[in-house]
Amino acid sequence: MIEIKGLHKSFGDAHVLKGIDAYFEKGETSLVIGQSGSGKTVFIKCLLGLFPYDKGTISYDGKIYSELSENQKRELRAEIGMVFQGSALFDSMTIQENVMFPLRMFTKMSKSEMEDRADFVLKRVNLADAHNKMPSEASGGMQKRVAIARAIVNNPKYLFCDEPNSGLDPKTAIVIDNLIQEITDEYQIVTVINSHDMNSVMEIGEKIVFLQHGHKEWEGSKDNIFKTDNKAVTDFVYSSELFKKVRKMYLEEKQ
Amino acid sequence: MTYLSNIGLYFLMIKEMFRKPTKWSVMKGLILKDIDDLVIGSLGIVAFISFFVGGVITIQTALNITNPLIPKYLVGFATRQSVILEFAPTFTSIIMAGKVGSFITSSIGTMRVTEQIDALEVMGINALNYLIFPKTVAMMLYPFAIAIGMFLGILGGMAACVYGGYTTLEDYITGVQMDFDGFHMTYSFLKTFVFAFILATIPSFHGFYMKGGALEVGKASTTSFVWTSVVIILINYILTDMLLG
Repeated sequence: MIEIKGLHKSFGDAHVLKGIDAYFEKGETSLVIGQSGSGKTVFIKCLLGLFPYDKGTISYDGKIYSELSENQKRELRAEIGMVFQGSALFDSMTIQENVMFPLRMFTKMSKSEMEDRADFVLKRVNLADAHNKMPSEASGGMQKRVAIARAIVNNPKYLFCDEPNSGLDPKTAIVIDNLIQEITDEYQIVTVINSHDMNSVMEIGEKIVFLQHGHKEWEGSKDNIFKTDNKAVTDFVYSSELFKKVRKMYLEEKQ
Repeated sequence: MTYLSNIGLYFLMIKEMFRKPTKWSVMKGLILKDIDDLVIGSLGIVAFISFFVGGVITIQTALNITNPLIPKYLVGFATRQSVILEFAPTFTSIIMAGKVGSFITSSIGTMRVTEQIDALEVMGINALNYLIFPKTVAMMLYPFAIAIGMFLGILGGMAACVYGGYTTLEDYITGVQMDFDGFHMTYSFLKTFVFAFILATIPSFHGFYMKGGALEVGKASTTSFVWTSVVIILINYILTDMLLG
């Protein structure tokens, strides 16, 4: 479980995170949503230790991040998988080498063991035949799946995804969403997804944290989001006509 | 103020580069790849420049010795001194600031822009050690390229001298062998090692700490070339004054 208490972060005079409390459970797909500039990326980067935060605590399974030694932080980071918005694959390596990279860095596996493990996770993300391709030869959807394979290859306890669907067509986006949810359930990991894709929210949002102007404005599940009267949430979620109609139909059905 | 803070950040980067070392089995591969990219990949241009610059020095020296009392073998002597003391180590390093430096800045800068450096950091890898240390080690072989450059510079001078009819082969060789001081080689290689370190670290600094997108990668490469050249010229002056002055 990841627990966040009173998280504050400023950049000069800009107070980006203003005391956020949240927790993310094992085996649950959690989404952090909000408008551009609401602080989602800064929030995720603070959780990952990429940005030092000013005040508050972040604890991973009871271990408070700021109290860990450098070695403990390094050990913790080896348990984290991250899928970046642009996939962040190493472009000088083949797809198989990208997936094997965390194993080369953190395990004492032999080359054949690493290859077997990479084959296994590449099959898991339906990329069994892409081993020798370079990232530049793969489509956007394939690159996202490789990034997921790389993130889970070392059996992480925590999986973070920064806008995993950005730049993908709706069909591929659903494939990626379902894949993340299946993996979360299968490996019982803590998954936190940073997104503003409302399809993802409706597909896989077991827990949703809505940020606005650096505050946690609302928290709930995909079912609650239909019922909520919180104006900030409804303005954001039902900004499109399609979702307004979906909500109306849902509420009529419930009555 | 920005300059001072950048200088401080540069030295912190150097310190951090030696901390939390990457696994040797991985590092070995990175060093070999960087030797290939940075040193072996530069041999062609170093050889080409050295040969022709050596030739030009010889022609210029020969054409400027108009006094019949000055012996012709001084052409070989002047070529050797110019090539060994300045042209091979310093002039070539300025060219390398453009070739190797911009390659390092743009490759690391692109990794920054595409979040590959963030990916390394999230995994708990010391990105400075992973990216910059192997380049610094690889560049320690750069003096071998400069040694080849010295040889080819003197050879180029000989070719220009003999085929251009500026002096005889015997006179040129006599001049090249005359009053040879071994310390000049020590001085030259000592400063080449320092330049190699500068060539690896300053462009890395500009790539690693850049902010922005593709356009900024280009700007960072240009800035890196300017600063690497400036630092090489300043250090060259200081080392020359300290060691030969």
